[in-house]
Amino acid sequence: MRSHPVKVVARDDRRSNSLIGHAFARNRLAAVALAAIALAIVAALGAPWLPLPDPDAVDTPSRLQTPGTPGHPLGTDEFGRDLLSRLVWGARVSLLAGVGTAAAAMLMGVSLGLLAGYYRGWVESLIMRFTDILMAFPFILLAIAIVAGLGPGLRNAMIAIAIVGFPIYARLVRSVVLSVREREFVEAARALGSPDRLILARHVVPHLLSPVVVAFSLDVGAKILTTAGLSFLGLGTQPPTADWGSMLATGRQFVILSPHVVLLPGFAIFVMVLALNLVGDAVRDLLDPRTRAA
Amino acid sequence: MGPFLARRLLHLGPVLLGVSLIVFLVLHLAPGDPAEVMLGANANKEDLARLRTQLGLDQPLHVQYVTWISHVARGDLGRSLWMKRPVLGEVLERFKATMLLTGSALLLSTIGGIALGIASATRANSLLDRLSGVASLFGASMPVFWLGIVLMVIFSLWLGWLPASGMYAPYGGGGLRDLLSHLILPAVTLAAASVTIIARLTRATMLETLGQDYVRTARAKGLGERKVVWRHALKNALIPIVTVVGVQAGYLLGGAVLTETVFAWPGVGTLVVQGILARDMPLVQGGVLVIALSFVLVNLLVDTLYAWLDPRIKFQ
Repeated sequence: MRSHPVKVVARDDRRSNSLIGHAFARNRLAAVALAAIALAIVAALGAPWLPLPDPDAVDTPSRLQTPGTPGHPLGTDEFGRDLLSRLVWGARVSLLAGVGTAAAAMLMGVSLGLLAGYYRGWVESLIMRFTDILMAFPFILLAIAIVAGLGPGLRNAMIAIAIVGFPIYARLVRSVVLSVREREFVEAARALGSPDRLILARHVVPHLLSPVVVAFSLDVGAKILTTAGLSFLGLGTQPPTADWGSMLATGRQFVILSPHVVLLPGFAIFVMVLALNLVGDAVRDLLDPRTRAA
Repeated sequence: MGPFLARRLLHLGPVLLGVSLIVFLVLHLAPGDPAEVMLGANANKEDLARLRTQLGLDQPLHVQYVTWISHVARGDLGRSLWMKRPVLGEVLERFKATMLLTGSALLLSTIGGIALGIASATRANSLLDRLSGVASLFGASMPVFWLGIVLMVIFSLWLGWLPASGMYAPYGGGGLRDLLSHLILPAVTLAAASVTIIARLTRATMLETLGQDYVRTARAKGLGERKVVWRHALKNALIPIVTVVGVQAGYLLGGAVLTETVFAWPGVGTLVVQGILARDMPLVQGGVLVIALSFVLVNLLVDTLYAWLDPRIKFQ
């Protein structure tokens, strides 16, 4: 098959131009997203020192105030609690839950994936069949089922989401380890008599860093969404603790009178997950050049 | 096709066994006595003992599992503690509603996603293409329950075009028209994220396929663009699209739980959540088992569809 050389060059030029433009636009967006995440983290961590009213202080006479009310820039909820304060305090719970569950899932998945990929045999069969079975459930349904067993509450919801989330990491890590363990440097280390622990730590784990960081950065947003989903169903954070998902759930009954009670926490989740996904995409572009053209 | 299906069916056994084991063990996750979890801390000793005997909780764990699975195999999912009715009947009744919602959302996202993907691929870098790119980013970041509430506020409360919740109108409801008007908002909500995912994948695959030599040959021999796109390119781009549609089918089954809750759609999802809040474990187990089994069957169906679409798969 012969191709026309001029045409190929022209197409490549156009493609590389659009790629640079795309990468530029995406990075600028990613920079804005990173700033938004940083702002949320600072606000969440600094919540106790910010001049905000108590997020749980009930003030029934001033319930369901609209945004822009003096003293309540974002209005109040059905108990007269300040929405801005609850959103900021809720960010602590939502961000912690997102990062915490993704980190726990990553730790479990990486450990099991390492064991499965390096030791093979029955260890691999056992671990991988278990992950297959967990993945035979719809993600959120299994999380719901585990919460059903453990009992509703934020801690149990986080445990459930971490359990449901680890198989993806285990599969990813196993596939990387399977290819790395056959490489010459691992063989050489084994021939030199290095113990397995040392080979894993020094020669195998460094290869996992890039794919695992990419997977983790894309996973935090998804975990925030799932935690919010469980809280929305009444299975996560329990009242009166503020969390974006539960704020949305309790405000739902007042959506006709005061849509802002529901729209604001939902918007907070949306913006935060969008920002995390944008940063995740940028991290992937940075660490995995193969996906840049996609 | 025969040997392929037989092999896939053979793999189904261990998966089903594993799924049933997990669903069974869920009841025993909580530290302490499951009977106490179900009846609450204030339950009296007689009630606790009665429930333990009723659910077989006084037996060793493996005996409990064998008893439970043999009942399940005979179609007996136990009795709901909260509804005082057999679980199977209740779950199957609700399952129809879940299937209707999930099926409609899948149909909507497949047709919408493929159409949008083809339109984006044939007009790459156009306004439509860019908008579809932004929509896919939004789709992956938007909580489905929030989107549902936003749509409900706009189309039910402000515009008054569609009913806000339920499956039929409480007074004078019934009939296909009533059902469809209730179905639109939940189905659109559930399908929204999947449409964008299917559209992005269709776009990428179609762009790749449209750059192939045989497409150029088809164009060179004077074939109309519509025939080139629909008959030559789409057919070959279909396998990855079927893969992602299959994955989305599973996602929709899970996502239905949240969507059902937003719109008070009487499906298995709302039943399971109500069951958890009422601490009705047999009901929760039954609901989770039925959805998980249908998820496994959907995956089997998707695998079979690949083999049918791509004959090379059968021989691997």
